[in-house]
Amino acid sequence: MSDHPSDLKYTTEHEWVRAELDGTATIGITFFAQDQLGDVVYLVLPDVGETIEKGSKMGEVESVKSISDLFVPVSGVVLEINKDAIDHPERINDDPHGAGWMVKIKLSNDVELEQLLSSDDYDKTIAS
Amino acid sequence: MSSAPNLFRTALYANHLAANGRMVPFAGWLMPVQYEGVLSEAKAVRSKVGIFDVSHMGRMRIEGPTAGQFLERVLAFSVKNLKHGRARYGFVLTPKGGVIDDVIIYQQTNEDGPNGRYNLICNAGNRETVASWFQSHIADYPGISVFDYTTNSVMIAVQGPDAKSTIDGICVGENNPSALPSFGSMSQSVKLRNVDPPVEVFIGRTGYTGEDGFEIIADANSGSALWETLRLAGATPCGLGARDLLRLEAGLRLHGSDMDTSKSPLEAGLARFVGMENQEFIGRKALTDQQAMGLDEILVGFKLLESGIPRHGHTLSKGSKQIGEVTSGTYSPTLDTGIGMGYVSLECSAPGDHINVNIRGRIVEAEIVKLPFYHRRKQ
Repeated sequence: MSDHPSDLKYTTEHEWVRAELDGTATIGITFFAQDQLGDVVYLVLPDVGETIEKGSKMGEVESVKSISDLFVPVSGVVLEINKDAIDHPERINDDPHGAGWMVKIKLSNDVELEQLLSSDDYDKTIAS
Repeated sequence: MSSAPNLFRTALYANHLAANGRMVPFAGWLMPVQYEGVLSEAKAVRSKVGIFDVSHMGRMRIEGPTAGQFLERVLAFSVKNLKHGRARYGFVLTPKGGVIDDVIIYQQTNEDGPNGRYNLICNAGNRETVASWFQSHIADYPGISVFDYTTNSVMIAVQGPDAKSTIDGICVGENNPSALPSFGSMSQSVKLRNVDPPVEVFIGRTGYTGEDGFEIIADANSGSALWETLRLAGATPCGLGARDLLRLEAGLRLHGSDMDTSKSPLEAGLARFVGMENQEFIGRKALTDQQAMGLDEILVGFKLLESGIPRHGHTLSKGSKQIGEVTSGTYSPTLDTGIGMGYVSLECSAPGDHINVNIRGRIVEAEIVKLPFYHRRKQ
């Protein structure tokens, strides 16, 4: 059974995207990513109101063992960041697709959503 | 990763896989970096008891009529007044006083026999270097043998406030290891799960976590049963990740990161482990000269006053001036902040001084603190 819900879209950089009907999207890192990182202790996220471009760096997630850059999976304007996860980075390990979400954005280019991976395709990329 | 060629596997390899250990290459061995998670494993050691497979560490028996004299030459401390069963921590140095390795040596001479006998524990990555260094100095000491028994044995560290009861619980007979002093050792029979009769193991009261604890050396064939017996007695399997975090909180230096042949024990802040009463050791003159001249730089501990984790290689600065580099760093759950060690110029090394760490371009404020970061409460 996959650790990655089928109602989310994924990137090869191990982010997930949940697109809503109102043109917003929520972004986080995948179960696989947090499992590879181990205990997350710091999270650096973009500012609310910031415009973020697909493929650019939007933050950092640091575990006891290592640090990873967070890349923007789909372009938009940051509406909200998960302050609870900044204060409690363990949320990212405990519930990466739920309480461990990172940013909510207003999508600026819906077409980018179509370039994301399904959970099946994502599972194939991490298996190979 | 796990298919990397030519990596040693300890006798506990199957146990690690069964416990969900994430195996990584380390110093030529395939070792578990974590099982459930670094922080939960570190917490188990600070609050209860954890077990670590440290079978990758080098183990050598040094034996012969002049073994004591030989060791006075290659170790930067004296073994002369070391009582039977007792251990000492110290250094193997280059003639220039650089640290080839840090080691623990146990005095195991049988008082009735003609030969001296010692048991030496060195770092995994330095096993061959130490062995060949010893071989290159052994010719002057006839009749000495250095026998490396690393791959024939296992070594398991049992660490934490409950280590005493855990280890006493598996021992057969009257002399419990919990009665050992720090750096004491004994041979003891232990009752292993599904193994009959009890097997003889070597137990030293040593460790690398800042907690009370023991290190057990057993025959490789008994390793798996010993691990399972300890695990089922309530000890949490812990990987190299937790070990690194715990040793850093305890201010313990890691050879290869915090010191190497370019650093002396004086620069590493470990002069107390050098035995200058030993007149014979290689590197002694260099240390005497260094003492007379004064040090340019010294290893210090620091904690971050802002968020972030210092990592090996990050630059340390004061004002606009670079003063050193981070040699080890991690997140400390005990202090709930980033901590690290590094060499800084002597005039910037006082506890309480504020310095800056360059964390990937972000300049973070840190305070120099006295090592260790973590003191266990005496029981």
